Amino acid sequence: MAISTFPVAAHARLPWRTRVSELLDRETILGPLFVSPAFILILLLVAYPFCMAVYFSLSNAFIGRPSHLVGIKNYINLWQSDAFRQTFQNAFVFTGTAIAFKLVMGISLALLLNQQLWFKRLIRGMVLLPWVIPTALSVLGWSWMFNSLYSVVNWTGIALGIFDPPGPNWLGQRYYAMTAVVVVNIWRGLPFFVITILAGLVSIPKELYEAAEADGAGTWARFWYVTLPMLKGVLGIVVLFSTIFTFSDFNIVYQLTHGGPINSTHLFATLSRQVGLESGRIGEGAAISLYLFPLLAFVVYAQLRFVRKQDN
Amino acid sequence: MSRRAFWRRVLNHVLLVPFLLFAVFPFYHMTLTSLKTDRELYDRQAVPLLIRQGVTLEHYVKLLTESEFLTWTKNSLVVTLLATVVSLVIGTMAAYALSRLKFFAVGSFGTGIFVTYLVPTSLLFLPLAQVVNWLGLADSKWALVVTYPTFLVPFCTWLLMGYFRTVPKEVEECAMVDGATRIQALWRIILPIAIPGLVCAALFAFTLSWNEFIYALTFTSSSDQITASVGVTSELIRGDIYYWGQLMAGAVLGSVPIVILYVFFLDYYVSGLTAGAVKS
Repeated sequence: MAISTFPVAAHARLPWRTRVSELLDRETILGPLFVSPAFILILLLVAYPFCMAVYFSLSNAFIGRPSHLVGIKNYINLWQSDAFRQTFQNAFVFTGTAIAFKLVMGISLALLLNQQLWFKRLIRGMVLLPWVIPTALSVLGWSWMFNSLYSVVNWTGIALGIFDPPGPNWLGQRYYAMTAVVVVNIWRGLPFFVITILAGLVSIPKELYEAAEADGAGTWARFWYVTLPMLKGVLGIVVLFSTIFTFSDFNIVYQLTHGGPINSTHLFATLSRQVGLESGRIGEGAAISLYLFPLLAFVVYAQLRFVRKQDN
Repeated sequence: MSRRAFWRRVLNHVLLVPFLLFAVFPFYHMTLTSLKTDRELYDRQAVPLLIRQGVTLEHYVKLLTESEFLTWTKNSLVVTLLATVVSLVIGTMAAYALSRLKFFAVGSFGTGIFVTYLVPTSLLFLPLAQVVNWLGLADSKWALVVTYPTFLVPFCTWLLMGYFRTVPKEVEECAMVDGATRIQALWRIILPIAIPGLVCAALFAFTLSWNEFIYALTFTSSSDQITASVGVTSELIRGDIYYWGQLMAGAVLGSVPIVILYVFFLDYYVSGLTAGAVKS
Protein backbone atom coordinates (compact mmCIF):
# COMPACT_ATOMS: atom_id res chain seq x y z
CA MET A 1 0.00 0.00 0.00
CA ALA A 2 2.63 2.46 1.11
CA ILE A 3 4.83 1.44 -1.79
CA SER A 4 2.16 1.98 -4.43
CA THR A 5 0.96 5.36 -3.17
CA PHE A 6 4.40 6.80 -2.65
CA PRO A 7 5.21 7.69 -6.28
CA VAL A 8 1.81 9.27 -6.77
CA ALA A 9 2.25 11.44 -3.72
CA ALA A 10 5.70 12.47 -4.90
CA HIS A 11 4.31 13.17 -8.31
CA ALA A 12 1.69 15.55 -6.95
CA ARG A 13 4.35 17.58 -5.23
CA LEU A 14 6.58 17.93 -8.28
CA PRO A 15 6.61 21.33 -10.02
CA TRP A 16 4.61 21.39 -13.30
CA ARG A 17 7.73 21.65 -15.44
CA THR A 18 9.02 18.31 -14.24
CA ARG A 19 5.61 16.79 -14.74
CA VAL A 20 5.45 18.04 -18.32
CA SER A 21 8.87 16.68 -19.09
CA GLU A 22 7.91 13.37 -17.52
CA LEU A 23 4.84 13.20 -19.77
CA LEU A 24 6.99 13.99 -22.77
CA ASP A 25 9.21 11.03 -21.93
CA ARG A 26 6.30 8.70 -22.64
CA GLU A 27 6.35 7.40 -26.19
CA THR A 28 2.56 7.26 -26.37
CA ILE A 29 2.36 11.00 -25.69
CA LEU A 30 5.46 12.37 -27.41
CA GLY A 31 4.82 10.33 -30.57
CA PRO A 32 1.38 11.73 -31.46
CA LEU A 33 2.52 15.19 -30.33
CA PHE A 34 5.48 15.16 -32.74
CA VAL A 35 3.47 13.76 -35.63
CA SER A 36 0.55 16.15 -35.22
CA PRO A 37 1.98 19.21 -37.08
CA ALA A 38 2.69 17.09 -40.15
CA PHE A 39 -0.64 15.34 -39.75
CA ILE A 40 -2.63 18.58 -39.51
CA LEU A 41 -0.77 20.04 -42.49
CA ILE A 42 -1.54 17.01 -44.64
CA LEU A 43 -5.14 16.91 -43.47
CA LEU A 44 -5.81 20.58 -44.23
CA LEU A 45 -3.74 21.11 -47.36
CA VAL A 46 -3.64 17.70 -49.03
CA ALA A 47 -6.55 15.51 -47.89
CA TYR A 48 -9.11 18.31 -47.74
CA PRO A 49 -8.21 19.79 -51.17
CA PHE A 50 -8.35 16.28 -52.56
CA CYS A 51 -11.92 15.87 -51.30
CA MET A 52 -12.71 19.28 -52.76
CA ALA A 53 -11.34 18.16 -56.10
CA VAL A 54 -13.65 15.14 -55.99
CA TYR A 55 -16.60 17.41 -55.12
CA PHE A 56 -15.74 19.89 -57.89
CA SER A 57 -15.45 17.11 -60.43
CA LEU A 58 -18.99 16.00 -59.59
CA SER A 59 -20.40 19.51 -59.87
CA ASN A 60 -20.83 22.22 -62.47
CA ALA A 61 -18.51 24.57 -60.57
CA PHE A 62 -17.56 27.69 -62.47
CA ILE A 63 -15.34 30.50 -61.18
CA GLY A 64 -17.45 32.98 -59.18
CA ARG A 65 -20.77 31.11 -59.41
CA PRO A 66 -22.62 28.77 -57.00
CA SER A 67 -22.33 25.13 -58.02
CA HIS A 68 -24.66 22.14 -58.09
CA LEU A 69 -23.87 18.47 -58.08
CA VAL A 70 -24.26 16.94 -61.50
CA GLY A 71 -23.01 13.40 -60.89
CA ILE A 72 -20.42 11.96 -63.20
CA LYS A 73 -21.51 14.17 -66.11
CA ASN A 74 -18.11 15.89 -66.29
CA TYR A 75 -16.30 12.60 -66.61
CA ILE A 76 -18.64 11.43 -69.36
CA ASN A 77 -18.53 14.72 -71.26
CA LEU A 78 -14.76 14.70 -71.11
CA TRP A 79 -14.53 11.18 -72.36
CA GLN A 80 -16.61 12.23 -75.36
CA SER A 81 -14.57 15.33 -76.17
CA ASP A 82 -11.81 15.17 -78.76
CA ALA A 83 -9.46 17.37 -76.77
CA PHE A 84 -9.59 15.04 -73.78
CA ARG A 85 -9.22 11.86 -75.79
CA GLN A 86 -6.23 13.38 -77.54
CA THR A 87 -4.77 14.32 -74.14
CA PHE A 88 -5.34 10.82 -72.81
CA GLN A 89 -3.48 9.35 -75.75
CA ASN A 90 -0.71 11.97 -75.51
CA ALA A 91 -0.14 11.17 -71.86
CA PHE A 92 0.53 7.52 -72.62
CA VAL A 93 2.71 8.23 -75.65
CA PHE A 94 4.66 10.88 -73.73
CA THR A 95 5.17 8.76 -70.61
CA GLY A 96 5.85 5.49 -72.44
CA THR A 97 8.43 6.89 -74.83
CA ALA A 98 10.15 9.09 -72.28
CA ILE A 99 10.48 6.31 -69.71
CA ALA A 100 11.74 3.78 -72.27
CA PHE A 101 14.49 6.16 -73.35
CA LYS A 102 15.34 7.21 -69.82
CA LEU A 103 15.63 3.57 -68.79
CA VAL A 104 17.91 2.49 -71.63
CA MET A 105 20.03 5.65 -71.55
CA GLY A 106 20.06 5.59 -67.75
CA ILE A 107 21.42 2.04 -67.61
CA SER A 108 24.04 2.76 -70.29
CA LEU A 109 25.23 5.94 -68.66
CA ALA A 110 25.28 4.39 -65.18
CA LEU A 111 27.39 1.50 -66.50
CA LEU A 112 29.82 4.01 -68.02
CA LEU A 113 30.02 6.05 -64.83
CA ASN A 114 30.73 2.88 -62.86
CA GLN A 115 33.96 2.37 -64.85
CA GLN A 116 37.40 3.73 -64.04
CA LEU A 117 37.32 7.40 -65.07
CA TRP A 118 39.34 10.57 -64.83
CA PHE A 119 37.50 13.65 -63.48
CA LYS A 120 34.81 11.41 -61.97
CA ARG A 121 33.37 14.14 -59.77
CA LEU A 122 33.21 16.71 -62.53
CA ILE A 123 31.51 14.25 -64.87
CA ARG A 124 28.97 13.27 -62.25
CA GLY A 125 28.32 16.95 -61.58
CA MET A 126 27.66 17.59 -65.27
CA VAL A 127 25.32 14.61 -65.57
CA LEU A 128 23.23 15.71 -62.60
CA LEU A 129 22.99 19.37 -63.62
CA PRO A 130 19.69 19.23 -65.59
CA TRP A 131 17.92 17.87 -62.51
CA VAL A 132 19.12 20.67 -60.23
CA ILE A 133 18.45 23.79 -62.30
CA PRO A 134 14.88 25.17 -62.06
CA THR A 135 12.94 23.39 -64.82
CA ALA A 136 10.92 26.48 -65.64
CA LEU A 137 14.14 28.31 -66.51
CA SER A 138 15.96 25.55 -68.35
CA VAL A 139 12.86 24.82 -70.43
CA LEU A 140 12.98 28.45 -71.48
CA GLY A 141 16.44 27.69 -72.85
CA TRP A 142 15.03 24.72 -74.74
CA SER A 143 12.25 26.79 -76.26
CA TRP A 144 14.93 29.14 -77.61
CA MET A 145 16.81 26.12 -78.97
CA PHE A 146 13.63 25.01 -80.76
CA ASN A 147 12.70 28.54 -81.94
CA SER A 148 11.13 28.49 -85.39
CA LEU A 149 13.56 31.01 -86.90
CA TYR A 150 16.77 30.77 -84.92
CA SER A 151 16.80 27.14 -83.79
CA VAL A 152 20.32 26.02 -82.95
CA VAL A 153 19.10 22.42 -83.28
CA ASN A 154 18.14 23.04 -86.90
CA TRP A 155 21.31 25.02 -87.60
CA THR A 156 23.43 22.13 -86.36
CA GLY A 157 21.28 19.56 -88.17
CA ILE A 158 21.57 21.47 -91.44
CA ALA A 159 25.33 21.94 -90.99
CA LEU A 160 25.69 18.18 -90.46
CA GLY A 161 23.44 17.44 -93.42
CA ILE A 162 20.69 15.76 -91.33
CA PHE A 163 17.91 18.24 -92.17
CA ASP A 164 17.10 20.05 -95.40
CA PRO A 165 16.91 23.81 -94.84
CA PRO A 166 14.99 25.34 -93.16
CA GLY A 167 14.53 22.24 -90.98
CA PRO A 168 11.45 21.21 -88.99
CA ASN A 169 9.32 23.75 -87.10
CA TRP A 170 9.76 21.87 -83.81
CA LEU A 171 7.08 23.45 -81.69
CA GLY A 172 4.58 24.13 -84.46
CA GLN A 173 4.13 20.75 -86.10
CA ARG A 174 2.27 17.83 -84.56
CA TYR A 175 4.74 15.01 -84.28
CA TYR A 176 7.79 17.24 -84.01
CA ALA A 177 6.20 19.02 -81.07
CA MET A 178 5.64 15.72 -79.27
CA THR A 179 9.23 14.72 -80.04
CA ALA A 180 10.46 18.01 -78.62
CA VAL A 181 8.59 17.70 -75.32
CA VAL A 182 9.67 14.07 -74.95
CA VAL A 183 13.32 15.00 -75.57
CA VAL A 184 13.19 17.71 -72.92
CA ASN A 185 11.53 15.34 -70.46
CA ILE A 186 14.27 12.76 -71.09
CA TRP A 187 16.92 15.44 -70.63
CA ARG A 188 15.45 16.55 -67.34
CA GLY A 189 14.62 13.08 -65.95
CA LEU A 190 17.75 11.17 -66.97
CA PRO A 191 19.90 12.25 -63.97
CA PHE A 192 17.45 10.65 -61.53
CA PHE A 193 17.66 7.36 -63.41
CA VAL A 194 21.45 7.49 -63.74
CA ILE A 195 22.23 8.33 -60.13
CA THR A 196 19.78 5.80 -58.69
CA ILE A 197 20.85 3.01 -61.02
CA LEU A 198 24.50 3.83 -60.30
CA ALA A 199 23.80 3.43 -56.57
CA GLY A 200 22.28 0.04 -57.38
CA LEU A 201 25.30 -0.97 -59.47
CA VAL A 202 27.77 -0.03 -56.74
CA SER A 203 25.93 -2.25 -54.25
CA ILE A 204 26.27 -5.43 -56.37
CA PRO A 205 28.87 -7.66 -54.67
CA LYS A 206 32.10 -8.02 -56.69
CA GLU A 207 32.22 -11.75 -55.91
CA LEU A 208 29.23 -12.37 -58.18
CA TYR A 209 31.17 -11.02 -61.16
CA GLU A 210 34.27 -12.99 -60.20
CA ALA A 211 32.23 -16.17 -59.94
CA ALA A 212 30.57 -15.49 -63.32
CA GLU A 213 33.95 -14.83 -64.88
CA ALA A 214 35.34 -18.05 -63.43
CA ASP A 215 32.42 -19.84 -65.09
CA GLY A 216 33.51 -18.32 -68.40
CA ALA A 217 30.83 -15.64 -68.75
CA GLY A 218 31.72 -12.84 -71.19
CA THR A 219 30.90 -9.15 -70.77
CA TRP A 220 27.41 -9.51 -72.24
CA ALA A 221 26.57 -12.63 -70.23
CA ARG A 222 27.73 -10.94 -67.02
CA PHE A 223 25.46 -7.98 -67.76
CA TRP A 224 22.50 -10.20 -68.63
CA TYR A 225 22.80 -12.78 -65.85
CA VAL A 226 24.35 -10.78 -63.01
CA THR A 227 23.85 -7.02 -63.43
CA LEU A 228 20.26 -6.92 -64.69
CA PRO A 229 18.77 -9.40 -62.20
CA MET A 230 20.58 -7.64 -59.34
CA LEU A 231 19.24 -4.27 -60.51
CA LYS A 232 15.65 -5.46 -60.81
CA GLY A 233 14.54 -3.88 -57.53
CA VAL A 234 16.13 -0.51 -58.19
CA LEU A 235 14.82 -0.39 -61.75
CA GLY A 236 11.31 -1.21 -60.58
CA ILE A 237 11.28 1.62 -58.06
CA VAL A 238 12.81 4.15 -60.45
CA VAL A 239 10.26 3.34 -63.14
CA LEU A 240 7.34 3.59 -60.71
CA PHE A 241 8.52 6.97 -59.42
CA SER A 242 9.16 8.28 -62.87
CA THR A 243 5.76 7.09 -64.09
CA ILE A 244 4.00 9.36 -61.60
CA PHE A 245 6.16 12.38 -62.28
CA THR A 246 6.20 12.00 -66.06
CA PHE A 247 2.46 11.39 -66.29
CA SER A 248 1.69 14.44 -64.18
CA ASP A 249 4.30 16.65 -65.83
CA PHE A 250 3.29 20.28 -66.31
CA ASN A 251 6.21 22.66 -66.84
CA ILE A 252 7.67 21.28 -70.02
CA VAL A 253 4.50 21.18 -72.09
CA TYR A 254 3.06 24.37 -70.59
CA GLN A 255 6.11 26.37 -71.55
CA LEU A 256 7.18 24.76 -74.79
CA THR A 257 3.91 24.26 -76.66
CA HIS A 258 1.06 25.23 -74.30
CA GLY A 259 -0.51 21.93 -75.38
CA GLY A 260 -0.54 22.80 -79.07
CA PRO A 261 -0.52 22.53 -81.99
CA ILE A 262 -4.24 21.57 -81.82
CA ASN A 263 -3.95 19.76 -78.46
CA SER A 264 -1.36 17.37 -79.83
CA THR A 265 0.93 17.74 -76.80
CA HIS A 266 -1.57 18.44 -74.00
CA LEU A 267 -1.11 16.38 -70.85
CA PHE A 268 -3.61 16.01 -67.98
CA ALA A 269 -2.05 18.81 -65.95
CA THR A 270 -1.87 21.34 -68.77
CA LEU A 271 -5.38 20.62 -70.06
CA SER A 272 -6.72 20.74 -66.51
CA ARG A 273 -5.19 24.18 -66.03
CA GLN A 274 -6.49 25.45 -69.34
CA VAL A 275 -10.05 24.22 -68.75
CA GLY A 276 -10.19 24.84 -65.00
CA LEU A 277 -8.44 28.19 -64.71
CA GLU A 278 -8.12 29.83 -68.09
CA SER A 279 -11.70 28.97 -69.13
CA GLY A 280 -13.01 28.91 -65.55
CA ARG A 281 -14.77 25.52 -65.74
CA ILE A 282 -13.42 24.29 -62.40
CA GLY A 283 -15.64 21.20 -62.34
CA GLU A 284 -14.35 19.90 -65.62
CA GLY A 285 -10.77 20.91 -64.79
CA ALA A 286 -10.89 18.94 -61.54
CA ALA A 287 -12.32 15.92 -63.36
CA ILE A 288 -9.39 16.02 -65.80
CA SER A 289 -6.78 15.92 -63.07
CA LEU A 290 -8.70 13.19 -61.26
CA TYR A 291 -8.38 10.98 -64.31
CA LEU A 292 -4.77 10.79 -63.07
CA PHE A 293 -5.97 9.21 -59.85
CA PRO A 294 -6.43 5.52 -60.83
CA LEU A 295 -2.90 5.49 -62.20
CA LEU A 296 -1.57 7.21 -59.12
CA ALA A 297 -3.39 4.75 -56.86
CA PHE A 298 -1.97 1.80 -58.77
CA VAL A 299 1.60 3.11 -58.59
CA VAL A 300 1.31 3.92 -54.88
CA TYR A 301 -0.02 0.41 -54.24
CA ALA A 302 2.83 -1.15 -56.22
CA GLN A 303 5.40 1.06 -54.44
CA LEU A 304 4.09 0.12 -51.01
CA ARG A 305 4.29 -3.57 -51.83
CA PHE A 306 7.79 -3.07 -53.18
CA VAL A 307 8.98 -1.21 -50.09
CA ARG A 308 7.45 -3.82 -47.77
CA LYS A 309 9.17 -6.60 -49.69
CA GLN A 310 12.51 -4.82 -49.34
CA ASP A 311 11.91 -4.45 -45.61
CA ASN A 312 11.47 -8.18 -45.09
CA MET B 1 48.03 0.91 -65.64
CA SER B 2 48.47 -1.50 -68.53
CA ARG B 3 48.21 -0.22 -72.08
CA ARG B 4 44.94 -2.03 -72.58
CA ALA B 5 43.38 -0.62 -69.44
CA PHE B 6 44.53 2.84 -70.48
CA TRP B 7 42.83 2.64 -73.88
CA ARG B 8 39.71 1.20 -72.31
CA ARG B 9 39.56 4.17 -70.05
CA VAL B 10 39.98 6.54 -72.98
CA LEU B 11 37.16 4.70 -74.80
CA ASN B 12 34.87 5.14 -71.77
CA HIS B 13 35.42 8.88 -71.90
CA VAL B 14 34.74 8.99 -75.63
CA LEU B 15 31.46 7.14 -75.09
CA LEU B 16 30.53 9.63 -72.38
CA VAL B 17 30.91 12.65 -74.65
CA PRO B 18 27.45 12.53 -76.33
CA PHE B 19 25.72 12.15 -72.93
CA LEU B 20 27.65 15.06 -71.45
CA LEU B 21 26.96 17.25 -74.48
CA PHE B 22 23.24 16.47 -74.18
CA ALA B 23 23.27 17.33 -70.47
CA VAL B 24 25.27 20.53 -70.60
CA PHE B 25 24.65 22.06 -74.02
CA PRO B 26 21.36 23.84 -73.12
CA PHE B 27 23.17 25.71 -70.32
CA TYR B 28 26.05 26.60 -72.60
CA HIS B 29 23.65 27.91 -75.21
CA MET B 30 21.60 29.82 -72.63
CA THR B 31 24.66 31.58 -71.26
CA LEU B 32 26.00 32.29 -74.72
CA THR B 33 22.71 33.81 -75.85
CA SER B 34 22.52 36.04 -72.79
CA LEU B 35 25.93 37.51 -73.65
CA LYS B 36 25.30 38.22 -77.36
CA THR B 37 24.32 41.53 -78.87
CA ASP B 38 20.81 41.63 -80.35
CA ARG B 39 22.34 42.25 -83.76
CA GLU B 40 24.18 38.91 -83.68
CA LEU B 41 21.34 37.12 -81.88
CA TYR B 42 18.85 37.80 -84.66
CA ASP B 43 21.29 37.44 -87.55
CA ARG B 44 20.31 34.30 -89.45
CA GLN B 45 23.69 34.10 -91.14
CA ALA B 46 25.60 34.05 -87.84
CA VAL B 47 26.92 30.85 -86.24
CA PRO B 48 24.70 30.26 -83.17
CA LEU B 49 27.34 28.21 -81.36
CA LEU B 50 29.83 31.03 -80.84
CA ILE B 51 30.05 34.74 -80.06
CA ARG B 52 31.76 36.48 -82.94
CA GLN B 53 30.57 40.08 -82.69
CA GLY B 54 31.64 40.87 -79.17
CA VAL B 55 30.36 40.05 -75.68
CA THR B 56 27.82 42.37 -74.09
CA LEU B 57 26.21 42.65 -70.67
CA GLU B 58 23.33 44.81 -71.95
CA HIS B 59 20.72 42.07 -71.40
CA TYR B 60 21.77 41.69 -67.78
CA VAL B 61 21.77 45.43 -67.23
CA LYS B 62 18.30 45.75 -68.77
CA LEU B 63 17.01 42.82 -66.74
CA LEU B 64 18.21 44.33 -63.48
CA THR B 65 17.21 47.93 -64.18
CA GLU B 66 14.08 47.73 -66.35
CA SER B 67 12.31 44.70 -64.87
CA GLU B 68 11.40 43.71 -61.32
CA PHE B 69 13.88 40.84 -61.40
CA LEU B 70 15.44 41.74 -58.05
CA THR B 71 12.01 41.78 -56.37
CA TRP B 72 11.18 38.38 -57.85
CA THR B 73 14.48 36.97 -56.61
CA LYS B 74 13.85 38.41 -53.17
CA ASN B 75 10.39 36.81 -53.13
CA SER B 76 11.89 33.49 -54.17
CA LEU B 77 14.43 33.72 -51.37
CA VAL B 78 11.86 34.62 -48.71
CA VAL B 79 9.45 31.88 -49.76
CA THR B 80 12.17 29.26 -50.16
CA LEU B 81 13.94 29.97 -46.87
CA LEU B 82 10.75 30.10 -44.81
CA ALA B 83 9.21 27.02 -46.42
CA THR B 84 12.49 25.13 -45.96
CA VAL B 85 12.86 25.98 -42.27
CA VAL B 86 9.21 25.23 -41.44
CA SER B 87 9.27 21.94 -43.35
CA LEU B 88 12.55 20.88 -41.82
CA VAL B 89 11.26 21.41 -38.27
CA ILE B 90 7.93 19.66 -38.90
CA GLY B 91 9.64 16.91 -40.88
CA THR B 92 12.30 16.27 -38.22
CA MET B 93 9.69 15.92 -35.48
CA ALA B 94 7.54 13.58 -37.56
CA ALA B 95 10.52 11.52 -38.71
CA TYR B 96 11.83 11.10 -35.16
CA ALA B 97 8.43 9.99 -33.90
CA LEU B 98 7.79 7.63 -36.80
CA SER B 99 11.20 6.00 -36.74
CA ARG B 100 11.97 5.81 -32.99
CA LEU B 101 8.75 5.80 -30.98
CA LYS B 102 5.99 3.26 -30.53
CA PHE B 103 2.50 4.68 -30.34
CA PHE B 104 -1.04 4.39 -31.64
CA ALA B 105 -1.26 3.91 -35.44
CA VAL B 106 2.42 4.73 -36.04
CA GLY B 107 2.50 2.44 -39.08
CA SER B 108 -0.48 4.13 -40.75
CA PHE B 109 1.09 7.56 -40.24
CA GLY B 110 4.25 6.34 -41.95
CA THR B 111 2.26 5.00 -44.90
CA GLY B 112 0.26 8.24 -45.04
CA ILE B 113 3.46 10.27 -45.31
CA PHE B 114 4.77 8.06 -48.08
CA VAL B 115 1.51 8.28 -50.03
CA THR B 116 1.48 12.08 -49.71
CA TYR B 117 5.06 12.13 -50.94
CA LEU B 118 3.86 10.53 -54.18
CA VAL B 119 0.95 12.93 -54.80
CA PRO B 120 2.01 15.21 -57.67
CA THR B 121 1.42 18.96 -57.24
CA SER B 122 -0.44 19.08 -60.55
CA LEU B 123 -3.26 16.98 -59.04
CA LEU B 124 -4.20 19.51 -56.36
CA PHE B 125 -3.51 23.00 -57.66
CA LEU B 126 -7.16 23.72 -58.58
CA PRO B 127 -8.77 23.08 -55.17
CA LEU B 128 -5.71 24.47 -53.36
CA ALA B 129 -6.27 27.75 -55.19
CA GLN B 130 -9.70 27.87 -53.52
CA VAL B 131 -8.23 27.10 -50.11
CA VAL B 132 -5.67 29.85 -50.63
CA ASN B 133 -8.53 32.26 -51.44
CA TRP B 134 -10.40 31.34 -48.27
CA LEU B 135 -7.26 31.88 -46.22
CA GLY B 136 -7.16 35.40 -47.66
CA LEU B 137 -3.79 34.71 -49.29
CA ALA B 138 -4.84 35.08 -52.93
CA ASP B 139 -2.08 36.64 -55.03
CA SER B 140 0.36 36.70 -52.12
CA LYS B 141 3.73 35.04 -51.73
CA TRP B 142 2.58 33.86 -48.30
CA ALA B 143 0.29 31.43 -50.09
CA LEU B 144 3.46 29.71 -51.29
CA VAL B 145 5.02 29.65 -47.81
CA VAL B 146 1.86 27.89 -46.62
CA THR B 147 1.48 25.42 -49.50
CA TYR B 148 5.08 24.41 -50.25
CA PRO B 149 5.36 22.40 -47.02
CA THR B 150 2.69 20.07 -48.43
CA PHE B 151 5.30 18.46 -50.64
CA LEU B 152 8.42 19.37 -48.63
CA VAL B 153 7.31 17.85 -45.30
CA PRO B 154 6.63 14.36 -46.70
CA PHE B 155 9.97 14.46 -48.50
CA CYS B 156 11.97 15.62 -45.45
CA THR B 157 10.18 13.13 -43.20
CA TRP B 158 10.84 10.23 -45.53
CA LEU B 159 14.50 11.15 -45.97
CA LEU B 160 15.14 11.75 -42.26
CA MET B 161 13.40 8.54 -41.17
CA GLY B 162 16.13 6.70 -43.04
CA TYR B 163 18.85 8.67 -41.25
CA PHE B 164 17.33 8.32 -37.78
CA ARG B 165 17.04 4.56 -38.20
CA THR B 166 20.81 4.33 -38.68
CA VAL B 167 21.47 5.80 -35.19
CA PRO B 168 21.64 2.83 -32.77
CA LYS B 169 18.87 2.84 -30.20
CA GLU B 170 21.41 2.11 -27.43
CA VAL B 171 23.02 5.54 -27.85
CA GLU B 172 19.74 7.21 -26.97
CA GLU B 173 18.95 4.78 -24.17
CA CYS B 174 22.38 5.35 -22.62
CA ALA B 175 21.74 9.07 -22.45
CA MET B 176 18.34 8.50 -20.89
CA VAL B 177 19.74 6.13 -18.28
CA ASP B 178 22.17 8.91 -17.38
CA GLY B 179 19.20 11.12 -16.58
CA ALA B 180 18.54 12.98 -19.80
CA THR B 181 14.93 13.36 -20.90
CA ARG B 182 13.89 12.01 -24.28
CA ILE B 183 13.86 15.49 -25.78
CA GLN B 184 17.34 16.26 -24.43
CA ALA B 185 18.58 13.00 -25.90
CA LEU B 186 17.06 13.93 -29.26
CA TRP B 187 18.52 17.43 -29.14
CA ARG B 188 22.01 16.62 -27.85
CA ILE B 189 22.65 13.11 -29.19
CA ILE B 190 20.50 12.16 -32.15
CA LEU B 191 20.29 15.44 -34.08
CA PRO B 192 24.07 16.00 -34.02
CA ILE B 193 24.61 12.47 -35.36
CA ALA B 194 21.98 13.06 -38.06
CA ILE B 195 23.49 16.36 -39.27
CA PRO B 196 24.38 14.96 -42.73
CA GLY B 197 20.75 13.93 -43.12
CA LEU B 198 19.53 17.34 -41.98
CA VAL B 199 21.86 19.10 -44.43
CA CYS B 200 20.64 16.84 -47.20
CA ALA B 201 16.97 17.44 -46.35
CA ALA B 202 17.55 21.20 -46.15
CA LEU B 203 19.31 21.26 -49.53
CA PHE B 204 16.55 19.30 -51.20
CA ALA B 205 13.81 21.35 -49.61
CA PHE B 206 15.59 24.51 -50.76
CA THR B 207 16.03 23.19 -54.29
CA LEU B 208 12.49 21.84 -54.62
CA SER B 209 10.89 25.06 -53.47
CA TRP B 210 13.23 27.29 -55.49
CA ASN B 211 12.32 25.23 -58.57
CA GLU B 212 8.56 24.97 -57.89
CA PHE B 213 6.49 26.39 -60.71
CA ILE B 214 2.84 25.34 -60.96
CA TYR B 215 1.76 26.59 -57.51
CA ALA B 216 3.69 29.83 -57.94
CA LEU B 217 2.12 30.35 -61.34
CA THR B 218 -1.39 29.62 -60.06
CA PHE B 219 -1.43 31.34 -56.67
CA THR B 220 0.45 34.56 -57.46
CA SER B 221 0.33 37.01 -60.34
CA SER B 222 1.21 40.54 -59.22
CA SER B 223 4.68 41.69 -60.15
CA ASP B 224 5.63 42.30 -56.51
CA GLN B 225 4.53 38.84 -55.30
CA ILE B 226 5.77 36.40 -57.95
CA THR B 227 8.92 34.28 -57.72
CA ALA B 228 11.92 34.36 -60.05
CA SER B 229 10.79 31.43 -62.26
CA VAL B 230 7.33 32.90 -62.78
CA GLY B 231 8.63 36.42 -63.23
CA VAL B 232 11.12 35.48 -65.90
CA THR B 233 8.67 33.28 -67.80
CA SER B 234 5.59 35.51 -67.63
CA GLU B 235 6.67 39.13 -67.23
CA LEU B 236 9.50 39.11 -69.73
CA ILE B 237 7.29 37.71 -72.46
CA ARG B 238 4.99 40.53 -73.49
CA GLY B 239 2.25 39.28 -75.74
CA ASP B 240 3.98 37.35 -78.46
CA ILE B 241 7.22 39.27 -78.18
CA TYR B 242 10.11 37.32 -76.69
CA TYR B 243 13.16 39.27 -75.56
CA TRP B 244 15.44 36.27 -75.86
CA GLY B 245 18.58 37.97 -74.60
CA GLN B 246 16.87 39.13 -71.41
CA LEU B 247 15.00 35.84 -71.01
CA MET B 248 18.25 33.89 -71.12
CA ALA B 249 19.93 36.35 -68.77
CA GLY B 250 17.02 35.82 -66.35
CA ALA B 251 17.29 32.05 -66.68
CA VAL B 252 21.02 32.19 -65.94
CA LEU B 253 20.70 34.51 -62.95
CA GLY B 254 17.67 32.62 -61.59
CA SER B 255 19.74 29.44 -61.53
CA VAL B 256 22.74 30.98 -59.75
CA PRO B 257 21.69 30.29 -56.12
CA ILE B 258 21.07 26.63 -56.90
CA VAL B 259 24.31 26.25 -58.83
CA ILE B 260 26.30 27.71 -55.94
CA LEU B 261 24.74 25.25 -53.49
CA TYR B 262 25.23 22.47 -55.98
CA VAL B 263 28.95 23.09 -56.47
CA PHE B 264 29.58 22.94 -52.72
CA PHE B 265 27.24 20.09 -51.83
CA LEU B 266 27.32 17.78 -54.86
CA ASP B 267 27.74 14.65 -52.73
CA TYR B 268 24.70 15.48 -50.63
CA TYR B 269 22.63 15.89 -53.76
CA VAL B 270 23.76 12.50 -54.99
CA SER B 271 22.95 10.78 -51.70
CA GLY B 272 19.62 12.56 -51.30
CA LEU B 273 18.51 11.71 -54.81
CA THR B 274 19.09 8.03 -54.19
CA ALA B 275 17.62 8.09 -50.68
CA GLY B 276 14.43 9.55 -52.08
CA ALA B 277 13.81 6.47 -54.16
CA VAL B 278 15.72 3.69 -52.48
CA LYS B 279 15.52 3.29 -48.76
CA SER B 280 18.85 3.20 -46.98
